[in-house]
Amino acid sequence: MGVLCALLAAGCKKSDETPAAGGQGGDVIKIGEFASLTGKEATFGQMSHHGTELAVDEANASGGVLGKKLQLLTEDDQSKPGESKTIARKLISRDNVIALLGEVASSRSLEAAPVCQEAHVPQVSPSSTNPKVTEMGDYIFRICFTDPQQGKVLAQFALNTLKAKRVAVLTDAGTAYSVGLATYFKDAFTAGGGTIVAEEKYTGGDKDFSAQLTAIKAANPEALFVPGYYTEVGLIARQARGLGLTVPLFGGDGWESSELVTIGGEAVEGDYFSTHFSLEDNKTNVTKFVQDFQTKYGTAPDAMGALGYDSALILIDAIKRAGSTEGAKVRDALAATKNFTGITGDITIDEHRNANKPLVILQVKNGKFHLIQKISPD
Amino acid sequence: MTVFLQQLINGLSVGAIYALIALGYTMVYGILRFINFAHSDIFMVGAFCGFYCSRLDPGHSLAGGLLVMAIAMLVCALLGIIIERLAYRPLRGSSNLAVLITAIGVSLFLENTGQLIFGANPKAFPALFPERSFTSASGLTVSSDQLLVFAVTALLLVALQWIVLHTKIGTAMRAVAFNHQAAALMGINVDSVISFTFGLGSALAAAGGILYSMNYPSIDPYMGVLPGLKAFVAAVLGGIGNIPGAALGGVLLGLIETLVKGSQFSTYSDAIAFAVLILILLFRPAGLLGKFRVEKV
Repeated sequence: MGVLCALLAAGCKKSDETPAAGGQGGDVIKIGEFASLTGKEATFGQMSHHGTELAVDEANASGGVLGKKLQLLTEDDQSKPGESKTIARKLISRDNVIALLGEVASSRSLEAAPVCQEAHVPQVSPSSTNPKVTEMGDYIFRICFTDPQQGKVLAQFALNTLKAKRVAVLTDAGTAYSVGLATYFKDAFTAGGGTIVAEEKYTGGDKDFSAQLTAIKAANPEALFVPGYYTEVGLIARQARGLGLTVPLFGGDGWESSELVTIGGEAVEGDYFSTHFSLEDNKTNVTKFVQDFQTKYGTAPDAMGALGYDSALILIDAIKRAGSTEGAKVRDALAATKNFTGITGDITIDEHRNANKPLVILQVKNGKFHLIQKISPD
Repeated sequence: MTVFLQQLINGLSVGAIYALIALGYTMVYGILRFINFAHSDIFMVGAFCGFYCSRLDPGHSLAGGLLVMAIAMLVCALLGIIIERLAYRPLRGSSNLAVLITAIGVSLFLENTGQLIFGANPKAFPALFPERSFTSASGLTVSSDQLLVFAVTALLLVALQWIVLHTKIGTAMRAVAFNHQAAALMGINVDSVISFTFGLGSALAAAGGILYSMNYPSIDPYMGVLPGLKAFVAAVLGGIGNIPGAALGGVLLGLIETLVKGSQFSTYSDAIAFAVLILILLFRPAGLLGKFRVEKV
């Protein structure tokens, strides 16, 4: 029944297009975007989409690119497995987009990547951190840090800042992101002298974690690492506190959403996560971006918004430098990106098509995220 | 030992919710021999009713919480009656398959309408009742919400048994279950009995939706699908059409699932729970408490 519903519900899609101000046909450059505008990770997708849209609108307002206006074609993948591949095919073959932006979730970027690689259309993922994403081919890029880097930084944070030697891990066995991040964390944490006292798993969409948390509590850890997404993390935190597990929880960039606090409430107070960007950064381009975003969408951006913005900026910059919209030329220009000043830091694309950037550690305090530390991966 | 006891408490509380949803499935099946797949979506509508009505009671008092629950049950009872009137009644007398497929259609309709009206983002369900958590000396923890689930499930189970076995409308329900035409000839208004059955079943789903959301406070239009499926399985496990059987099936399923999740095979919890179901059905094809062709409900 569930499968049936998922299949049938997948039939309806929303497509919203920014109006092509410049004209029709050959006068626009079409850029495709696929994002989780609805469903489980909807706030990620919407934030990322807002950022991308803002960047494209700003580029159009200042005259467009190569004398043409940009047209952003956005499709919703509903946070569901299987959708991104279809969407990528449709955007490439029917709409003839010159490049694709997306996705937040690594599992969904991984689905679209083979399609882009085969069609020689560059794909820029704003915030998929699983290393496999850019290993899919030389047309696949990312502008965020990777999970091995994130896992290492979190392990250092647990050992040095939390002073925790005994950590339990609760992984979402259903997502590439969570499984990957857990593995890299464990490797770095045990190499640094820590012990993993318990390892439990759940599947995304689960609501009851009391069984796993009871087992974790029995192992008596000093901190609990939850490399999952905010939807489940909020519930996990509540149930952990309910069962009397009071040690700090910490996780990765999948936590960052205002929903974390709405669902988790007091239970997530004092918990930590690593991410790409902090609103408390006072560089001029950051403050301007935060203001513009706030004016346009009525809410403050988060890391996903900033990365969505940066992903579009980097692509636009590459098209300008390539002087062409041809896939191979844009790809070469993307690969040559060096010290590009983005909202989330200076971005240089390395030979593996990954970006090397510092991470920030935030703490939940009074329902807001506060900057604790900025750590550069080595 | 403490860990095992805690897992038992966890399992019972999950199982009690499955049992509560299973009661609605099993009652409608008992009367109409028809699986109302839209039941799990009425469960979702109940949760959203609770979500919006809870704004009437910002203080989270016990009385206010019960009132919110009563409103949600009433709204869902009406919804159930309307669905029966519009979607199922025109098909009465046609093949079972047609009604079954209509039920799936109604289920999809409610899910997608929910997505349109409530939005696809998960929402945080507020605390309806004053919350407390009780911890024993050995570290066993049980929350007031869990206790409430046990209490409400037990209460509704007894009330339902009483309605079906000891009231006039219950007698009419059993008569309709036995034979529509004969019941009509005896002067029973079959239509209103069936409407009542749907109303009652939907009210149970609403209560289930609210209790579920209190324990797992993140609600979305597809929240009913998985618990609905589990509750359906629980109803089959206990013997579909049998009210105490549904409760037994729910509790058993919740316990198995939780015990597996607490072990190192956590990701196989559903697979193992369903394997147990298949085993039980191999030896008792009518479910644990079900009997063939004897009095249903």
